[in-house]
Amino acid sequence: MMVSEATGMSKLHMAIFAVLLAFLVALPFFVYPVFAMKVMCFALFAAAFNLLLGFGGLLSFGHAAYFGGASYVAAHAAKVWGLTPELAVLCGTAAAAVLGLVIGSLAIRRQGIYFAMVTLAFAQMIYFLALQLPFTGGEDGLQSVPRGRLFGIFSLQDSLPLYFFVLAVTLGGILFLYRVVHSPFGQVLKAIRENEPRAISLGYDVNRYKLMVFVLSATFAGLAGAVKSQVFQLASLTDVHWSMSGEVVLMALLGGMGTIFGPLVGAAIVVSMQNYFATFGAWVTVMQGVIFVLGVLLFREGLIGVLSRWLKRPL
Amino acid sequence: MSVMLEARGLTKEFKGFVAVNRVDLRVEKGSIHALIGPNGAGKTTCFNLLTKFLQPTSGTITYDGRDITRLAPAEIARLGLVRSFQISAVFPELSVLQNVRVALQRKRGESYDFWRSEAFLRRYDDEARHHINEVGLSDFTDHRAAELSYGRKRALEIAATLALDPDMLLLDEPMAGMAQADVERISALIRRVAVNRTILMVEHNLSVVANLSDRITVLARGEILAEGDYATVSKNPDVIDAYIGAGHA
Ligand SMILES: Nc1ncnc2c1ncn2[C@@H]1O[C@H](COP(=O)(O)OP(=O)(O)O)[C@@H](O)[C@H]1O
Ligand SMILES: [Mg+2]
Repeated sequence: MMVSEATGMSKLHMAIFAVLLAFLVALPFFVYPVFAMKVMCFALFAAAFNLLLGFGGLLSFGHAAYFGGASYVAAHAAKVWGLTPELAVLCGTAAAAVLGLVIGSLAIRRQGIYFAMVTLAFAQMIYFLALQLPFTGGEDGLQSVPRGRLFGIFSLQDSLPLYFFVLAVTLGGILFLYRVVHSPFGQVLKAIRENEPRAISLGYDVNRYKLMVFVLSATFAGLAGAVKSQVFQLASLTDVHWSMSGEVVLMALLGGMGTIFGPLVGAAIVVSMQNYFATFGAWVTVMQGVIFVLGVLLFREGLIGVLSRWLKRPL
Repeated sequence: MSVMLEARGLTKEFKGFVAVNRVDLRVEKGSIHALIGPNGAGKTTCFNLLTKFLQPTSGTITYDGRDITRLAPAEIARLGLVRSFQISAVFPELSVLQNVRVALQRKRGESYDFWRSEAFLRRYDDEARHHINEVGLSDFTDHRAAELSYGRKRALEIAATLALDPDMLLLDEPMAGMAQADVERISALIRRVAVNRTILMVEHNLSVVANLSDRITVLARGEILAEGDYATVSKNPDVIDAYIGAGHA
């Protein structure tokens, strides 16, 4: 596979990203893009989660903590502190990074299912805090978060600036995660995932790498949640609920964990399902469950994983 | 001659079962030292203890004059004491080239750079190819490691280990599963790299052991049975009983 020296990207991947970018730039001129913004936020969330699961080999069952935690902090920063959107998003993201560092340093000492359980337990604590703390709005969450002026200039009340803000941040985040996967660090991560004892015998402190990938993953999950709170002017208990942690697992597995484009496709599918099946009420969860089971049974490697195998190209 | 690696009273118990029992081992600097013994004698467990993949129940380990009994395995590797595994240890989804580069990049320390392009690692390609060539894998440079035959995986593991330029190597059955031609190639390679290094190896192929090693320690049921050069050890009646008598003639 030829990889460009400057971008570190294969030609195929560059072409796919270019088409995606062109499509997303044109989109708001044809349809009202709320749905697209939601998909973009979840695509970044799923890509961040996939960094940890697909490339770090670590299954977190508590990623709602970073997504939702950041969403609360960003909403609070915009609403109560009156910060501009980019600063509010930055606050939320930083909070997720700190949370990731604290929880990650405790969780990485455990392996496999115990690791997943520790991450879940901490996420439940964050949920409890979101429910109980005085400034989180309890059951209602933080509503009517104002859409301020980006850099104090562009009003995000207007849908185009808002849309391009979301596009720039989410696609930028996804490209950054791509770079992490295809970096010297990413190379070590793959080595650890494939044969941890061997990586240790080569002298790698594997726990440091695991912690670092955990923090990076939490940070970008936080970025996604923070942006989402600005788009929907809302931080709610849904964002920190364990089912949100489950949804992101679903997105990554459905699209194909350990692939580049899988999480994006998975996010688009899950968000579409929720939108179009919304009228079925509680049945959405059941349908999601059925699709998940079918998806896992039919394509274990996920949609993009299967496609990648057919085309014999990493996607 | 000075001692490179020394274990004193090395003991490992697994839930009451003593796998390694008060082993005293001295490996001279610059020597090739073989550790032999029947299956289940505790050779691999010894390696795990010496490289701290297992914590000894009791005993001390010194490496190059330094007490390493309490160090973490990755720290020991960074001190230049590098092991291989009995079950071939490669990174299956990485190419042969990438497998060796992973070893090279650790020495240089850009391995935490998550913002840099992977293309940066191309600076190690020439050096990696040199090590790949040394073990006779040039024709497979761009193959995924998973596609290699068992013997070639072992060769790749040795190439990656040598890429670290360690002062001492612990090789756990490096030639198991190799074709005769490869055994000869790897024997020659081990002899070549041993010139300014110390090697402790577990090996079942007795002609290889006889050819390569300066000194042999025989282990049986977790305890040292005999020690000396090949001529001495192979005449020892206990050894003939425990080792050769056990079907390893
Ligand atoms: N992790 C472990 N737990 C319990 N028993 C073990 C463990 N590792 C090795 N053993 C036992 O210790 C003994 C020595 O094993 P090993 O060191 O692998 O022998 P060798 O490499 O000489 O063939 C065997 O009886 C084996 O079953
Ligand atoms: Mg063994």
